[in-house]
Amino acid sequence: MATRTRYAPDRGLTVRMTVTMFLLGLVFVAFVAAIIGACVASHQSAAFIVVIALVFGGGSAFISLFYSDKIALAAAGAREVTPQDAPELHGIVDRLCALADMDKPRVAIAPTSMPNAFATGRNSKNSVLCVTNGLLSPQLGLTKDELEGVLAHELSHVAHKDVQVMTVASLLAIVAGLLVRFAFYSELFGGGRRSNNQNALPIIAIIMVVSVVVYAISFLLIRVLSRYRELAADRSGALLTGQPSALASALTKVSGRMNMIPNDDLRKAETLNAFYFAPAMRLTRGGNGRDGGNGGRSLSALFSTHPSLDKRIEQLEKIQRQLNDVGPGSGAKGLR
Amino acid sequence: MGFLDVLLGRTKPVQPKLDDLFALPSAAIQLQAATGFTPTGSGSVCFRAVQGKTFEDIQQEVRELLDTDNSRPGGAGGLPVEVTKDSFGYTWLISNHMSDEVDTLVTDLHAVNSALVDNGFGPQLLCTMVAFTDENHRRMALVYLYKRGTFYPFAPLNGSGQQRDNALELQVKGVLGEDLKIEPDLTKWMALWGAPGL
Repeated sequence: MATRTRYAPDRGLTVRMTVTMFLLGLVFVAFVAAIIGACVASHQSAAFIVVIALVFGGGSAFISLFYSDKIALAAAGAREVTPQDAPELHGIVDRLCALADMDKPRVAIAPTSMPNAFATGRNSKNSVLCVTNGLLSPQLGLTKDELEGVLAHELSHVAHKDVQVMTVASLLAIVAGLLVRFAFYSELFGGGRRSNNQNALPIIAIIMVVSVVVYAISFLLIRVLSRYRELAADRSGALLTGQPSALASALTKVSGRMNMIPNDDLRKAETLNAFYFAPAMRLTRGGNGRDGGNGGRSLSALFSTHPSLDKRIEQLEKIQRQLNDVGPGSGAKGLR
Repeated sequence: MGFLDVLLGRTKPVQPKLDDLFALPSAAIQLQAATGFTPTGSGSVCFRAVQGKTFEDIQQEVRELLDTDNSRPGGAGGLPVEVTKDSFGYTWLISNHMSDEVDTLVTDLHAVNSALVDNGFGPQLLCTMVAFTDENHRRMALVYLYKRGTFYPFAPLNGSGQQRDNALELQVKGVLGEDLKIEPDLTKWMALWGAPGL
């Protein structure tokens, strides 16, 4: 019998993610075409701000990608720990990395009472996996299996190169956002000087409007993509440990806890949100209840970087059934 | 992982490499000649059990298979297979033989591997460990990493907490470098404190 796999890819998720990225690409192409068109029409005055926006946007994206691990650690106030400092944490990560055959990221602990974890870094060699004190605290009461599930989820983010993918995806939104700002300022301050050029003002206004639209659309698409990446990381993490329900129970514990924590920590954590295990800032009112969905699709779900708890748990239940499928033929289980 | 896998956020579970395990018996002879370390006859397979009945059934079958193997009339007979769960949640299947039966030991360990792989649980295999000891009661294990298909030595120091005898480990690396595929990346020489059978 040929070796068969219980780890079939999720077609639906793949298709949805592909469509999202295609749309993002489409917006990008349309945006570039509109900007080039505007620049040609206005000769050079508008081209200047476009180039500046590209340089600034690209530069900041590159820097944030290159220093993502250091920036995230500094923002979270986290400190790297050695295997002697945290033998248990390192032991779990060691084993997961050996199972997945990937390079071990550095491990850090952030002194935050909010239970969460994140992983960043431009490649697997420079990645860092960070958990908060709250995640390890006895009050939260995560079992070792549940903690392993959380760490497997984060390692999957590293394996999927989510930091790179999301940086590239956000590049467009960054440039568009900058263009809006630059166009606005140049209209404010540059209007008087360019009175001899009749074209400049309307062109800059057009660039501004186009940029606003592009920014809004790409912002939504990035959020959609981010939610799919979370589901993908849940999936890979659960398959890696073989314990989908441990991850599911970790999710309920962490999300339940998040709503009780005061806002002070949350505001600080907001910038890191995209890489967290569970969103640090909750927008949904009843996002935790299993009764969600009867009021239609709420606006907050549209803006969220993470899928709802319901959706994540539903997926994990599906994986659990899949892992327990008995072989295709009755003889497949025999050992010969 | 390919570009497409990265783009679509999916990981292909890593299948284990099984064949290189059979280089162990000849390496054991080489090791004894060069360092005086002999096999204790104990070896184990470590894997991450999947939750649910299907996996439990397979595990039970493997266990029965090895137990009947050990008590067969022609063989030397051995202790039954032990199953333990370590503090990290990983399951260890330990097979005990006479110290000169490394061949049979490896065959036993391979039976566990192929049972898991045949049933589609190959990605759950973590490592195989074969224990050695010398006249001074120093302990050492050769660990086989399934996903990389490489070996590395793990030598815990006796009675001093979690300390490894790095000098001995590197010595073994030098001795066996030609017989076994030794893991070149030292950061992957994972410590296995309290591993059963060591």
